[in-house]
Amino acid sequence: MRLGVDWAVQWLTLSARLMSEHREELIALDRAIGDSDHGENMDRGFQAVMEKLAQTPPETPGAALKLAAMALMSKVGGAAGPLYGTAYLRAATALGESAEIDAAALAGALTAARDGIVARGKAALGDKTMVDAWSPAVEAADEVLVAGGDAVAVLAAAAEAAEVGAVTTDPLVARKGRASYLGERSAGHRDPGAASSALLLRAAATAAGFPEGAAE
Amino acid sequence: MTVALVVVSHSRKIAEGAVELAAQMAPDVRFYAVGGTDDGRIGTDLERTIAAFEAGLAEASGDGVVVLTDLGSAVMTAESAVEFCSEPDRVLLADAPLVEGLVAAAVATQGGAAAASVKAAAESIRFGPEPTFDPAESARSQGRGQPAESDEFELINPMGMHARPAAKIAGGLAGLDVEATVNGVDGTSIMELMSLAVGQGGKLRIEAWGKDASKAVNYVRRLVEQGFGEI
Repeated sequence: MRLGVDWAVQWLTLSARLMSEHREELIALDRAIGDSDHGENMDRGFQAVMEKLAQTPPETPGAALKLAAMALMSKVGGAAGPLYGTAYLRAATALGESAEIDAAALAGALTAARDGIVARGKAALGDKTMVDAWSPAVEAADEVLVAGGDAVAVLAAAAEAAEVGAVTTDPLVARKGRASYLGERSAGHRDPGAASSALLLRAAATAAGFPEGAAE
Repeated sequence: MTVALVVVSHSRKIAEGAVELAAQMAPDVRFYAVGGTDDGRIGTDLERTIAAFEAGLAEASGDGVVVLTDLGSAVMTAESAVEFCSEPDRVLLADAPLVEGLVAAAVATQGGAAAASVKAAAESIRFGPEPTFDPAESARSQGRGQPAESDEFELINPMGMHARPAAKIAGGLAGLDVEATVNGVDGTSIMELMSLAVGQGGKLRIEAWGKDASKAVNYVRRLVEQGFGEI
């Protein structure tokens, strides 16, 4: 199965819905170890993405992700802006102008997104950041790809691994970002960026129809 | 001025306040304060940061833009803005404490330093443990022995050594291929030079090693003889 621009638009639309639904939860996570604006920032950023989508409907998945990148970078305000913006932009570049993408292209785009986050934020696995959700997601996606899975299976594996990855940040001591100022006190709380990353990757899988019909 | 300075902060008040403070010591320097989001919240704003870079690039026609930032995501926004702006090679991000680094950069810019030297002036400010710079030890460990060039000058400007002369000395020496000490401290460190607290009539002894040793000594001689432009 190949994914087209409809999937990308649906992904962003579901992302906006999830960011709105989980706004308070993300604010609460960020209040514990950050500056309590992550939920508000992500909600505002994805509302801006929806406005841009309505103004200039994209024609390819890559164009949709590039549009989202620019809106997030300009409107989020916090660290998540440049981080997710860079991720979506690198993914868009990896996808190029293809109208439809297969499992390999998708796994490549996820890797490019993760690498963009690492390059921008200079965080490593275990630093209690969104990298702790994205890195296992990329690894899981690659495994499914090698095993012959299709695009939907790749996204499903990535979403699952990101959720597990986000949970693994609970006991970690933050080494990057605002939470790192708290030192040991940051342990015992989930990283808000890893939590929002898991939601966004879940939206990607749902938009592709996993589980079947869930996107309807 | 050939260099324009941009401040990217999470807070409009911090950006504008830091600029207000630095501008006192650098009346001719063009500053751009980018703080907060476009709707007045705490945060950083990519579009306004890019706009400030472009305005600064147009202003600093001869050289470039030096950028000071506050917390992590301001750095990330500034890095993103560099990638998007028209001339990324002419925008330099300084890794320095915002207020002190901006003052050092402003004074260096006011003194006519090039962008790379302005960045170096900002980055010469470092917090943390007191520097344990021992020139004799440093000379021994690096095996550089006797200085290639040295000289001693009497300060004639009424205010002696303070932030502006220190920034001029440090900024200039940072741009040369030289290792230099002034009265035994690192000649490229504004903070260490200021800490010398040499007044009018006091002496500066410069010792220099490396290819540009004589240039370095002549540079400091000229600054001292001109009273750092203050007389």
